[in-house]
Amino acid sequence: MAEFDQELDASGLNCPLPILRTKKALTALQSGQVLRVIATDPGSVKDFDAFAKQTGNELLESSEDGGTYYFRIRKN
Amino acid sequence: MSDSKKLAIIATKGSLDWAYPPFILSTTAAALGYETRIFFTFYGLQLLRRKLNLQVTPLGNPGMPMPMAMDKWFPVLGTALPGMQAVMSGMMKQKMRAKGIASVEELRDLALEAEVVMIACQMTVDLFDFQQSDLIDGIEYGGAATFFEFAGESDICLFI
Repeated sequence: MAEFDQELDASGLNCPLPILRTKKALTALQSGQVLRVIATDPGSVKDFDAFAKQTGNELLESSEDGGTYYFRIRKN
Repeated sequence: MSDSKKLAIIATKGSLDWAYPPFILSTTAAALGYETRIFFTFYGLQLLRRKLNLQVTPLGNPGMPMPMAMDKWFPVLGTALPGMQAVMSGMMKQKMRAKGIASVEELRDLALEAEVVMIACQMTVDLFDFQQSDLIDGIEYGGAATFFEFAGESDICLFI
Protein backbone atom coordinates (compact mmCIF):
# COMPACT_ATOMS: atom_id res chain seq x y z
CA MET A 1 0.00 0.00 0.00
CA ALA A 2 1.29 3.44 -0.91
CA GLU A 3 2.15 5.83 1.89
CA PHE A 4 -0.25 8.36 0.49
CA ASP A 5 -3.48 8.50 -1.52
CA GLN A 6 -2.79 11.67 -3.47
CA GLU A 7 0.15 13.90 -4.27
CA LEU A 8 0.30 17.66 -4.68
CA ASP A 9 3.33 19.31 -6.24
CA ALA A 10 3.61 22.86 -4.90
CA SER A 11 7.21 23.31 -6.06
CA GLY A 12 8.12 26.87 -7.01
CA LEU A 13 5.07 28.32 -5.28
CA ASN A 14 5.42 30.89 -2.54
CA CYS A 15 3.33 31.73 0.52
CA PRO A 16 0.37 31.32 0.84
CA LEU A 17 -0.16 29.18 -2.28
CA PRO A 18 1.18 25.83 -0.94
CA ILE A 19 -1.25 26.01 1.99
CA LEU A 20 -4.19 27.14 -0.18
CA ARG A 21 -3.59 24.33 -2.70
CA THR A 22 -3.24 21.84 0.14
CA LYS A 23 -6.51 22.92 1.69
CA LYS A 24 -8.22 22.50 -1.69
CA ALA A 25 -6.68 19.08 -2.28
CA LEU A 26 -7.71 17.87 1.19
CA THR A 27 -11.30 18.90 0.52
CA ALA A 28 -11.46 16.33 -2.26
CA LEU A 29 -10.15 13.53 -0.03
CA GLN A 30 -12.05 11.23 2.31
CA SER A 31 -11.45 11.31 6.04
CA GLY A 32 -8.39 9.18 6.88
CA GLN A 33 -6.82 9.53 3.43
CA VAL A 34 -3.29 10.89 3.17
CA LEU A 35 -2.06 13.75 1.00
CA ARG A 36 1.61 14.14 0.16
CA VAL A 37 2.80 17.65 -0.63
CA ILE A 38 6.07 18.61 -2.28
CA ALA A 39 7.20 22.21 -1.76
CA THR A 40 10.28 24.36 -2.20
CA ASP A 41 9.25 27.30 0.01
CA PRO A 42 11.39 27.12 3.19
CA GLY A 43 8.59 28.90 5.07
CA SER A 44 6.32 25.95 4.42
CA VAL A 45 7.94 23.89 7.19
CA LYS A 46 6.51 26.07 9.95
CA ASP A 47 3.36 26.77 7.94
CA PHE A 48 2.40 23.13 7.46
CA ASP A 49 2.94 22.50 11.16
CA ALA A 50 0.70 25.47 11.98
CA PHE A 51 -1.88 24.43 9.36
CA ALA A 52 -2.12 20.92 10.80
CA LYS A 53 -2.43 22.17 14.38
CA GLN A 54 -5.19 24.61 13.52
CA THR A 55 -7.23 22.41 11.21
CA GLY A 56 -6.92 19.15 13.13
CA ASN A 57 -5.46 17.31 10.15
CA GLU A 58 -2.53 15.18 11.25
CA LEU A 59 0.96 15.97 9.95
CA LEU A 60 2.50 12.52 9.52
CA GLU A 61 5.73 13.64 7.93
CA SER A 62 7.74 16.81 7.49
CA SER A 63 11.12 16.29 5.90
CA GLU A 64 13.65 18.02 3.69
CA ASP A 65 15.94 16.71 1.01
CA GLY A 66 18.25 19.11 -0.83
CA GLY A 67 15.98 22.15 -0.63
CA THR A 68 12.78 20.23 -1.35
CA TYR A 69 10.28 19.73 1.43
CA TYR A 70 7.95 16.76 1.80
CA PHE A 71 4.83 16.68 3.92
CA ARG A 72 2.27 13.97 4.48
CA ILE A 73 -1.05 14.99 5.97
CA ARG A 74 -3.89 12.73 7.03
CA LYS A 75 -7.30 14.25 6.62
CA ASN A 76 -9.32 14.29 9.82
CA MET B 1 -24.06 31.18 15.11
CA SER B 2 -21.17 29.07 13.89
CA ASP B 3 -18.39 28.34 16.34
CA SER B 4 -15.56 28.92 13.85
CA LYS B 5 -13.07 31.70 14.50
CA LYS B 6 -13.66 35.01 12.80
CA LEU B 7 -11.33 37.47 11.10
CA ALA B 8 -12.32 41.04 10.21
CA ILE B 9 -10.10 43.18 7.99
CA ILE B 10 -10.38 46.79 6.87
CA ALA B 11 -8.48 47.30 3.60
CA THR B 12 -7.70 50.98 3.02
CA LYS B 13 -4.80 50.99 0.58
CA GLY B 14 -4.84 50.67 -3.18
CA SER B 15 -1.25 50.03 -4.22
CA LEU B 16 0.22 46.76 -5.50
CA ASP B 17 2.30 46.11 -2.39
CA TRP B 18 -0.53 46.88 0.01
CA ALA B 19 -2.97 44.72 -1.96
CA TYR B 20 -1.21 41.60 -0.73
CA PRO B 21 -1.76 41.60 3.06
CA PRO B 22 -5.59 41.57 2.98
CA PHE B 23 -5.75 38.85 0.32
CA ILE B 24 -2.93 36.67 1.69
CA LEU B 25 -4.30 36.81 5.22
CA SER B 26 -7.94 36.31 4.25
CA THR B 27 -7.29 33.33 1.96
CA THR B 28 -5.04 31.70 4.54
CA ALA B 29 -7.52 32.34 7.33
CA ALA B 30 -10.25 30.78 5.21
CA ALA B 31 -8.02 27.72 4.64
CA LEU B 32 -7.61 27.47 8.42
CA GLY B 33 -11.36 27.52 8.91
CA TYR B 34 -11.87 31.17 9.81
CA GLU B 35 -15.01 32.96 8.77
CA THR B 36 -13.48 35.99 7.08
CA ARG B 37 -14.76 39.36 5.94
CA ILE B 38 -12.96 42.32 4.42
CA PHE B 39 -14.33 45.85 4.43
CA PHE B 40 -12.83 47.86 1.55
CA THR B 41 -12.80 51.61 2.02
CA PHE B 42 -11.14 54.63 0.41
CA TYR B 43 -8.19 53.53 -1.78
CA GLY B 44 -8.85 49.93 -0.79
CA LEU B 45 -11.75 50.03 -3.25
CA GLN B 46 -9.15 49.82 -6.04
CA LEU B 47 -8.66 46.19 -5.02
CA LEU B 48 -12.24 45.41 -6.02
CA ARG B 49 -12.06 46.83 -9.53
CA ARG B 50 -12.87 44.35 -12.30
CA LYS B 51 -9.67 45.23 -14.09
CA LEU B 52 -6.84 45.84 -11.68
CA ASN B 53 -4.07 48.27 -12.52
CA LEU B 54 -2.19 48.31 -9.23
CA GLN B 55 1.14 50.07 -9.00
CA VAL B 56 4.02 50.48 -6.58
CA THR B 57 5.94 53.69 -6.16
CA PRO B 58 9.39 54.26 -4.69
CA LEU B 59 8.38 57.87 -4.00
CA GLY B 60 8.37 58.63 -0.31
CA ASN B 61 9.21 55.01 0.42
CA PRO B 62 12.83 54.64 1.50
CA GLY B 63 12.15 51.02 2.45
CA MET B 64 11.52 49.87 -1.11
CA PRO B 65 14.46 47.90 -2.48
CA MET B 66 15.41 49.23 -5.91
CA PRO B 67 16.49 46.91 -8.71
CA MET B 68 20.10 47.06 -9.87
CA ALA B 69 21.00 49.22 -6.82
CA MET B 70 19.34 52.16 -8.56
CA ASP B 71 19.02 53.97 -5.27
CA LYS B 72 22.82 54.20 -5.11
CA TRP B 73 23.27 56.20 -8.30
CA PHE B 74 19.82 57.42 -9.22
CA PRO B 75 18.73 60.77 -7.77
CA VAL B 76 15.56 60.61 -5.69
CA LEU B 77 13.95 63.08 -8.07
CA GLY B 78 14.45 60.59 -10.89
CA THR B 79 11.83 58.34 -9.36
CA ALA B 80 9.32 61.12 -9.99
CA LEU B 81 9.94 61.04 -13.76
CA PRO B 82 6.88 60.29 -15.87
CA GLY B 83 6.62 56.59 -16.55
CA MET B 84 8.91 55.64 -13.67
CA GLN B 85 6.06 54.27 -11.57
CA ALA B 86 4.86 52.04 -14.40
CA VAL B 87 8.40 50.76 -14.93
CA MET B 88 8.87 50.00 -11.24
CA SER B 89 5.47 48.31 -11.06
CA GLY B 90 6.28 46.16 -14.08
CA MET B 91 9.60 45.14 -12.53
CA MET B 92 7.93 44.28 -9.25
CA LYS B 93 5.29 42.12 -10.96
CA GLN B 94 7.95 40.34 -12.98
CA LYS B 95 9.98 39.63 -9.86
CA MET B 96 6.90 38.32 -8.06
CA ARG B 97 6.12 35.95 -10.92
CA ALA B 98 9.71 34.71 -10.92
CA LYS B 99 9.49 33.98 -7.18
CA GLY B 100 6.26 31.99 -7.47
CA ILE B 101 4.19 34.66 -5.73
CA ALA B 102 0.54 34.70 -6.72
CA SER B 103 -0.86 37.69 -8.58
CA VAL B 104 -3.37 39.87 -6.74
CA GLU B 105 -6.03 38.74 -9.24
CA GLU B 106 -5.30 35.09 -8.44
CA LEU B 107 -5.45 35.65 -4.68
CA ARG B 108 -8.67 37.62 -5.03
CA ASP B 109 -10.25 34.79 -7.02
CA LEU B 110 -9.11 32.31 -4.37
CA ALA B 111 -10.61 34.51 -1.67
CA LEU B 112 -13.97 34.62 -3.45
CA GLU B 113 -13.82 30.88 -4.00
CA ALA B 114 -13.11 30.39 -0.28
CA GLU B 115 -16.22 32.43 0.52
CA VAL B 116 -14.37 35.37 1.99
CA VAL B 117 -17.06 38.04 2.24
CA MET B 118 -16.02 41.32 0.63
CA ILE B 119 -17.83 44.52 1.44
CA ALA B 120 -17.35 47.77 -0.46
CA CYS B 121 -17.80 50.93 1.58
CA GLN B 122 -20.87 52.59 0.04
CA MET B 123 -19.77 56.06 1.11
CA THR B 124 -16.43 55.86 -0.73
CA VAL B 125 -18.10 54.19 -3.73
CA ASP B 126 -20.21 57.36 -3.96
CA LEU B 127 -17.28 59.66 -3.17
CA PHE B 128 -15.14 58.32 -6.01
CA ASP B 129 -18.10 58.04 -8.40
CA PHE B 130 -17.64 54.29 -8.81
CA GLN B 131 -20.46 52.37 -10.45
CA GLN B 132 -21.28 48.89 -9.18
CA SER B 133 -20.37 47.76 -12.70
CA ASP B 134 -16.78 48.99 -12.11
CA LEU B 135 -16.37 46.50 -9.30
CA ILE B 136 -16.34 42.70 -9.33
CA ASP B 137 -19.52 40.67 -8.85
CA GLY B 138 -20.22 38.76 -5.67
CA ILE B 139 -19.45 41.58 -3.25
CA GLU B 140 -21.67 43.40 -0.78
CA TYR B 141 -22.12 47.11 -0.16
CA GLY B 142 -22.42 48.61 3.30
CA GLY B 143 -21.30 51.17 5.80
CA ALA B 144 -19.52 51.42 9.13
CA ALA B 145 -22.36 49.78 11.02
CA THR B 146 -22.13 46.78 8.67
CA PHE B 147 -18.45 46.49 9.53
CA PHE B 148 -19.09 46.51 13.28
CA GLU B 149 -21.77 43.88 12.92
CA PHE B 150 -19.10 41.27 12.20
CA ALA B 151 -16.00 43.02 13.60
CA GLY B 152 -17.60 43.07 17.03
CA GLU B 153 -17.74 39.30 17.00
CA SER B 154 -14.34 38.72 15.44
CA ASP B 155 -11.39 37.02 17.11
CA ILE B 156 -8.91 39.01 15.04
CA CYS B 157 -9.48 42.48 13.62
CA LEU B 158 -6.94 44.17 11.35
CA PHE B 159 -6.70 47.63 9.83
CA ILE B 160 -4.56 47.49 6.70
